[in-house]
Amino acid sequence: MSNLNVSLSPHVHSGNSVQRCMLDVLIALTPALCVSFWYFGIGALVVTLTSVAACVLFEYLIQKFVLRVKPQLFDLSAVLTGVLLAFNVPSNLPIWIIIIGALIAIGVGKMSFGGLGQNIFNPALVGRVFLLVAFPAQMTTWPNPMQQAHYTDVTTGATPLYLFQQYVGGDASALEQMPSALDMLLGMHGGSMGEVCALALIIGGIYLLCRKTITWHIPVSILLAAFCTAFFCYGLDLHLALQQVLAGGLILGAVYMATDYVTSPVTPRGQLLYGCLIGFIAILIRRFGSYPEGMSFAILLLNACTPLINKYIKPRRFGVVKK
Amino acid sequence: MKTFRMGGVHPAANKLSAGVAIRPADIPEVVAIPMAQNLGAPSKPVVAKGDKVKVGTVIAEPGGFLSSYIHSSVSGTVDKIDSVPDATGKKVPAVFIKVEGDEWEESIDRSATVERQLKITDPKELVDRIFKSGIVGMGGATFPTQVKLAPPPGMKCEVVIINAVECEPYLTSDHSLMLEHAEEILVGVTALMRAMQVERAIIGIEANKPDAIALMTEKASTFSGITIQPLKLKYPQGGEKQLIDACIGKQVPSGGLPIATGALVQNVGTAFAVYQAVQKNKPLFERIVTVTGKSLKQPSNFLARIGVPIANLIEAAGGLPEDTGKVISGGPMMGKAMPAVNSYMVKGCSGILIMPSAEAQRKEAQPCIRCAKCVDACPMGLSPLFISKYSQKHMWAEAEEERIYDCIECGSCSFTCPSHRPLLDWIRQGKGKVMGIMRQRAAEAKAKAEAEKAKAENK
Repeated sequence: MSNLNVSLSPHVHSGNSVQRCMLDVLIALTPALCVSFWYFGIGALVVTLTSVAACVLFEYLIQKFVLRVKPQLFDLSAVLTGVLLAFNVPSNLPIWIIIIGALIAIGVGKMSFGGLGQNIFNPALVGRVFLLVAFPAQMTTWPNPMQQAHYTDVTTGATPLYLFQQYVGGDASALEQMPSALDMLLGMHGGSMGEVCALALIIGGIYLLCRKTITWHIPVSILLAAFCTAFFCYGLDLHLALQQVLAGGLILGAVYMATDYVTSPVTPRGQLLYGCLIGFIAILIRRFGSYPEGMSFAILLLNACTPLINKYIKPRRFGVVKK
Repeated sequence: MKTFRMGGVHPAANKLSAGVAIRPADIPEVVAIPMAQNLGAPSKPVVAKGDKVKVGTVIAEPGGFLSSYIHSSVSGTVDKIDSVPDATGKKVPAVFIKVEGDEWEESIDRSATVERQLKITDPKELVDRIFKSGIVGMGGATFPTQVKLAPPPGMKCEVVIINAVECEPYLTSDHSLMLEHAEEILVGVTALMRAMQVERAIIGIEANKPDAIALMTEKASTFSGITIQPLKLKYPQGGEKQLIDACIGKQVPSGGLPIATGALVQNVGTAFAVYQAVQKNKPLFERIVTVTGKSLKQPSNFLARIGVPIANLIEAAGGLPEDTGKVISGGPMMGKAMPAVNSYMVKGCSGILIMPSAEAQRKEAQPCIRCAKCVDACPMGLSPLFISKYSQKHMWAEAEEERIYDCIECGSCSFTCPSHRPLLDWIRQGKGKVMGIMRQRAAEAKAKAEAEKAKAENK
């Protein structure tokens, strides 16, 4: 018995893994993915497959030839980035633009910092925002749902957030074209691939909470802060505030993007502050900015603040009484 | 149901030997009784080669203030004093005794009757009997009990808390002790209360031992001042600070003694040893030990004499399985991996865990993804992801700032990390270093103050 293994305690492990965490998020995204395939048909399929394949490929190539490390594709993080990037773009986006987005997301957003766990910004959002700035026309024309057999030749229409902007700009009739809060919950309107069905996103979010993959702090604080801010920004109207929360990428961002482990604070109190500021800034951008949607910018801004939040907001200590 | 307020994890219980009756382990031909069995200074042997000893004869005296007596666990002749490996492979001196018969000191009451009326009532005499009986903390920390029973001036004990949590997976020695010796434990607790001159004791038991909770609650009704506190299942509830928090809702101040909360914590095994010492005049020379493991034939609870080879106990439980990859002294969360099965039974050994090779290897560490699961799991409110990084990078000032010295080394962080990072390995190193720096700084400050004082006086 000379080959006994000697290592320090603990000698057992929970069995959790990075791969399992990523898989949980992918499972949680499945309802929304199914809804988007149903609404946007072939376009959604092409965009998702292209985005995932490109993200995985770029991750592999950069790890192998640039960073020269053993490629780690099994952790599924590149797959998740691919799905999230696809969720954030219109379903009629040309393939070559998606590939550029994937390159920016993985190459600039993740690998330039050193890979998994090192990045400051959410990679999928880095890709999305780059595309938004570089290809504003393609990134802001939104196909109408239920044209399943069409890809780039779809008819496009106004999203709820565009209508909101028209309304704020003085066009009172825009409100009449706005889908009701119930329709927005179910997703009968134009928008980016993954954001159109709030209900599917919420179901996935509940799964993540049950699996303890995420905690409630970030999503709940974002949604509450956004709701309150919208209430004050849109004339103290509860229905408008609710529509603001359901419209655009707010729920997608709150549940799946802002909760990204690497780029969010580590303490519950830090997460609450982070979430509140995201919700607040997102609505301010929507109301006063020139872009109809502000969620991506709000999350990226707070991603940048995360190290600072971690520095100043510490966990509650055991046995230390505040003087 | 109560529990401690922050952090904690839920490792699989794997109490394979729960409900298995305690059986005495065979006495071998030779025992080797190590002389380092308590936290603090090792004991000094007082016997020499050729001396005849009986069961219960003193063979070693305390080697300092923080030290304890050691008694012979067998009758026979002292063969030699030689060094033996302890569970971690470190060499320690030990008294070897050739066994001849099983003759006990006459002063020991060997009858099975439970003596309920305390035979010693004077607190000082009680502590002295506990000291003379060689009792140490039986949960594994092996802190000499007589020292713990003498709180520093200004600190007052208000309640005795008995640690019957046994939150380590696999181990069942405390559980089986409660099932078979409930009444004796309660008498022992009464003796501890008397020694501390308090009227109140709480016995904390985790909810996964409903039979022990029921039995102890029933028996405790005939004792005054003792309550049984069922606790919600959560590791590391058996940690002293966590148990005090769970039972009376008070936090031990950082850097302070547990007694600052008014609570004195003793292990349930210690309470039983106190019973035997006070009521039966029987010193501590044997204890309950769980020998367990998934591929072991017969996971068992043994009553084993101190100094019995660990290998004999494993043999009695069905022998070391073919697929053994790791042998642990203690539980899987805080126990120590043994480099070889060549050590001997000691007072602090509550379990021997044999792990199959499939579970013995750590997985390769992945990059930290800052998921904060370690922050959620830490029962001390630390950020293991950051302090482990500071340790790795020798950033001692930052590690101190982040209170690395508060770590209780429970292992919840490493257990929960999805990236399989050995967080506690790094934190242990950093904690040792930082505490060294803090001690040195305190010593320098003291020396400087004294020098200035001397200078002022000389003027």
